[in-house]
Amino acid sequence: MSLPARVATLVLAFLAVAAVALFVVIHYFLGGPPTVDYSSGVTPDTGATVHVVMQEDPQNTVSTHPDWVSYFIQDPKTHAWIHTTLFKVPAGSKIDMTIYGYDGCTPLRNPYFGRVTGTIGGVEDVDGKPVKVINSWSGCNVGHTFSIPGINLNVPMASPGLTASLCGTSPCTSGPHKTMTFSFMSPKGTGEYFWQCRVPCGGGFIDGFGGPMQTIGFMTGNMEVVS
Amino acid sequence: MAASVADDAQGTGSAGPNHGLRIFLIWLPVAVAADLLLYFVYGPHMPPGQMSNTAASQQFDIKVMSVLAAPIMAFVLVAMGYSMIVWRHREGDDEDGPPIFGNVRIQATWITVTAVIVLFLAGFGTYELAWPGFAGAGSGEGPAPIWKPNGTTLQVQVIAQQWRFTYRYPQFGGFETTALMLPVGEPIQFNVTSLDVIHSFWAYQLGVKADANPGVNNVAYTTATQTGNITVRCAELCGLWHGAMFNFGKVVSVAAFTAWAHKTEIQLAAVTKILPPYATSYDPTVVPQINKAMAKAGIGGANGYYYPPQDPVQP
Amino acid sequence: MAIETQPERAQGAGGGQPLSSSSPRPWWRRPAIHTAIVGAVIGYLLGHLLGDWLTGATGSSSQYPNVALSDSEDWPIVLGYLLAVVGWLAGLGVFNDILGRIAGRPAAFNGNGVPEHETSGLARYFRYSLDHKVVGIQYLVGMIIYFCTAGLFAMAIRTELLSPVNHVFTSQVYVEIVGEHGTMMMMLMTSVILGPFGNYLVPLMIGAKRVAFPRIEALSFWLTPMAFLILLSALLLGGFPFGWTGYAPLSIQSTVGADSYAFAFGLMGISIILAGFNIIVTVICYRAPGMRWSRLPAFVWAMMTTAFLMVLAAPVLVGGMYMLLMDRTAQTAFFEDSLGGSSYLYENLFWFFGHPEVYILALPGFGIVSEIIPVMCRKPLFAYKVMAAGMVGVGLLSFFVWQHHLFDSGINPDMRPLFMLTTELISIPTGFIYLVALGTFWKAKIRFTVPMLFALGMYFNFLIGGVSGVFLSDVPADTTEHGSFFVMAHFHYTIMGGLIFAFMAGLYYWLPKMMGIKLNQKLGKWQFWLMFIAFNSTFLPLFAVGMAGQPRRVFEYAKNLQFLNDWASVSSFVLGFSILLFVINFVWSTAIVRERETGNPWQSRGLEWQVSSPPPADNFDQIPVVLSGPYEYGVKDAPPVADLHPPAGVLSAAIAQSAAVRAEA
Repeated sequence: MSLPARVATLVLAFLAVAAVALFVVIHYFLGGPPTVDYSSGVTPDTGATVHVVMQEDPQNTVSTHPDWVSYFIQDPKTHAWIHTTLFKVPAGSKIDMTIYGYDGCTPLRNPYFGRVTGTIGGVEDVDGKPVKVINSWSGCNVGHTFSIPGINLNVPMASPGLTASLCGTSPCTSGPHKTMTFSFMSPKGTGEYFWQCRVPCGGGFIDGFGGPMQTIGFMTGNMEVVS
Repeated sequence: MAASVADDAQGTGSAGPNHGLRIFLIWLPVAVAADLLLYFVYGPHMPPGQMSNTAASQQFDIKVMSVLAAPIMAFVLVAMGYSMIVWRHREGDDEDGPPIFGNVRIQATWITVTAVIVLFLAGFGTYELAWPGFAGAGSGEGPAPIWKPNGTTLQVQVIAQQWRFTYRYPQFGGFETTALMLPVGEPIQFNVTSLDVIHSFWAYQLGVKADANPGVNNVAYTTATQTGNITVRCAELCGLWHGAMFNFGKVVSVAAFTAWAHKTEIQLAAVTKILPPYATSYDPTVVPQINKAMAKAGIGGANGYYYPPQDPVQP
Repeated sequence: MAIETQPERAQGAGGGQPLSSSSPRPWWRRPAIHTAIVGAVIGYLLGHLLGDWLTGATGSSSQYPNVALSDSEDWPIVLGYLLAVVGWLAGLGVFNDILGRIAGRPAAFNGNGVPEHETSGLARYFRYSLDHKVVGIQYLVGMIIYFCTAGLFAMAIRTELLSPVNHVFTSQVYVEIVGEHGTMMMMLMTSVILGPFGNYLVPLMIGAKRVAFPRIEALSFWLTPMAFLILLSALLLGGFPFGWTGYAPLSIQSTVGADSYAFAFGLMGISIILAGFNIIVTVICYRAPGMRWSRLPAFVWAMMTTAFLMVLAAPVLVGGMYMLLMDRTAQTAFFEDSLGGSSYLYENLFWFFGHPEVYILALPGFGIVSEIIPVMCRKPLFAYKVMAAGMVGVGLLSFFVWQHHLFDSGINPDMRPLFMLTTELISIPTGFIYLVALGTFWKAKIRFTVPMLFALGMYFNFLIGGVSGVFLSDVPADTTEHGSFFVMAHFHYTIMGGLIFAFMAGLYYWLPKMMGIKLNQKLGKWQFWLMFIAFNSTFLPLFAVGMAGQPRRVFEYAKNLQFLNDWASVSSFVLGFSILLFVINFVWSTAIVRERETGNPWQSRGLEWQVSSPPPADNFDQIPVVLSGPYEYGVKDAPPVADLHPPAGVLSAAIAQSAAVRAEA
């Protein structure tokens, strides 16, 4: 090949490789589920109240893994259920959380996490009644937990029990469920706090901690605190 | 092939400077200075500090090794540097160098010296590990430890799970907490186990590191000698949030610790009731056996273990 | 040696129809990389279908509850990979010779007793070639591609570690990237020197016209692109969250990306075994008359010991990966504690391979620098026998130290002083390299050519890496250092600072021989200094970071360590730039400028330099008779290293004489 032809081929090859690398970075590394923004319009560090609404389902029929249990977060403006576990809250504010528990039950691997910690008052309200500890080993009592270790928050999600009529399409809008409400203060200053479920609900995976339990967008995610 | 050549490697007997002596004279002050700096100036600040007897013994260990390593490194670097300056190729000189194939004395000296240093280090390390009072230098000794401290120990069980450490105090009713409080001056026995995958309990300031394996009790000892804050990090990749699996702990006076333990025991009594009885490891297959209501009704929701009960293969 | 010198039937190169007077088939109809890709795709689809059928379709409709609940496609993916590899090899024409032999067609040899292979053209580099020199170049290009890809992942890691609280990637993506970087490097760089330089140079250095098993050698190369692509495909499957060590039970718990890891690693293990096996037999059986063991170049000693380690250690890896795959797919319980297995079993199996593996990475580096310094110092290699003993000693002892990776795991406590002793002992033979180097520098005439600069850089880096290894071998100190960035800095110093600097040295030294082309020396010097300074700037602070308490593979770290991490990250970008400079130099010199460099630019006495650059098709016109060692610099009236055209009768007499010498010994 002549010199200009060689140079042209090499430059093209280099550009092709760079394009592939860029594509991989943008699509696989920087992609991911969307973040639901609960912080817009709220001034941080003023103790303002933000109401975050989530639900957990026995499956999700909207992803490539339909049999994986999953959380959904409700968009504050459109009230649509988004299949994500990433949300943003303002710093130094009171976060009122409502979580609808549509899933059945699995015993906790470590029953210690049936204890509510980190909420205002140290309790959560399950269908309106305050609860401090749920024993997941004595019956079909706990479906999942919502835990943010960075602020020592741990809230078990009560289960509607073992019924055949658990909601079958996600996001659930009807079907037996429990409603959990609790509040906590978001920390001051910017930061990312990961949250996870502590119930081994990853069916088919060892210790129940694989699959949805280790995939962002299903049973684990991030609470981004902005100030 | 290994024929020594007439030219003695020390350079004596032929005209020219005594390169060996020169290298030695350059090396000596460098090595001495480095050793003094390492032992006396940097020494007290070397990781992991002196907050516990195990950390202090590790610090001493690292100090000794640094003091040995620095002259060795200095020797190689000085010799290399000297060679590159003095024996670099001069322009116009196309001759080969002298045909030195080897020197039995130099080779024997080198082998002997390196062997002595290495054997000393192995012996010294064993001493630091096994001497009574060092109690295994804070590393996890497995379920049957052989290097134990004298006297009674405070038992602290470290339960590693994805992705948090929890701590149980069997001598105080077996309550479980996410807060790690420890008394100063008392020997502490960490019983480290895992509920799922391999983690590693690394209490940095205490100089303790013990892998948490499922179904296995890994014992590590230490005695804190100062009060203060400690950092606990997971040191074995355990999945998605391994990087965020850390917590802080405190070493406090014995009185403060006992008061805290009693107070927490009472405060968490309701939770302690629902915990499994204290054991050195926790078998996951016991969970579905306990939950008879679920087993009778057929499991709803996801299962927490590898083989669902309807799978016929049960080893 | 039963070399057939008379071909029985002339064959067209690349297999297929016997050579007729007309030209061979056009390039797109002959098996090459394009047919291999087609074969791989077809194989993958077939395997995937087979797996789906075995597990009863995907998703909830499977009759196996763990498949139905987990939506995991382990069987389809593993079988898909398996048949993809088979299809890839079939598309390359690997099976053509075997099937041809079964059908009664004999193998073809040229007039020199070497298996028939093409001797010219660019296209042969994309085919299953039986010429060890072509395989060497294929390996060289492949290894550079794999190294740069894994290096890009490293850039991503350091980008994430710029801030302890602001995250560029999600934790999930970060742990994927860490795993890809580590696995790609540790898996593929095992052959980074034996592949290109070992395969290319060992026959030339020992006076042989061929390797013992050219088909096995070529096969070992062609498995590497598949291993590379399978490992990369893990990204499409969600990656694997357990780093390159793959500890069970986390690796059993993971989603399907782990199958890519286990399969790719196992495949590469097979490639390693094949490559090593070929080298061993070649060196033992194909040495020219007069090439006694005491005249063997240092590089060949290194290749021999490396090859022995490969052949003995890699099968354990393949076995371990196979067991991991079985645990994941067939629900066996080798490594699952609650079902009767043990997580310790995996750790032991992995590290029984893993420790010799790192010596597979270190020994070739020793070989290259020991080969280069006599040439650049114009002096014999000092203490040749010590050098050889050191390499053999390192290889032997490397099998007795693996438990030092498990010091804190809860293994029997009385094992620990034993393994501390063996690990300390292995630093004795490792130190011999420095005895040899210092002795060779003594009163030498050191020329600071680019290869020499890289060799010196290797000695400097490996000194730091090796000494930090001694710190890690001490159990009490290891209690703080294990699993921290101290370990990271240690192995990057030994592997990157040692092996990769040696690779660069070897490349600048031998590329004129392999391609007849000079790499730009000025750019080479720039690259060396930039790489050396940036490398040390990147990894030296990491010793401190690790000692200060930062574990490995984490995306969050203590705020007071941010300065050191940022220093390391910025330096790593400069380091990446220096590698880019290298790639530019390589591509520019070999493809664009192509400045000829025939002859012996380094005036080396090595046997490989006594033939033209690049060497003729069958290396030597006749098997040479070796007359003296390769390091006889400065010896008055030293005989030439070999007689390349021994008169008739001399060859047979030399063979008879060396046979007599062997009989006496």
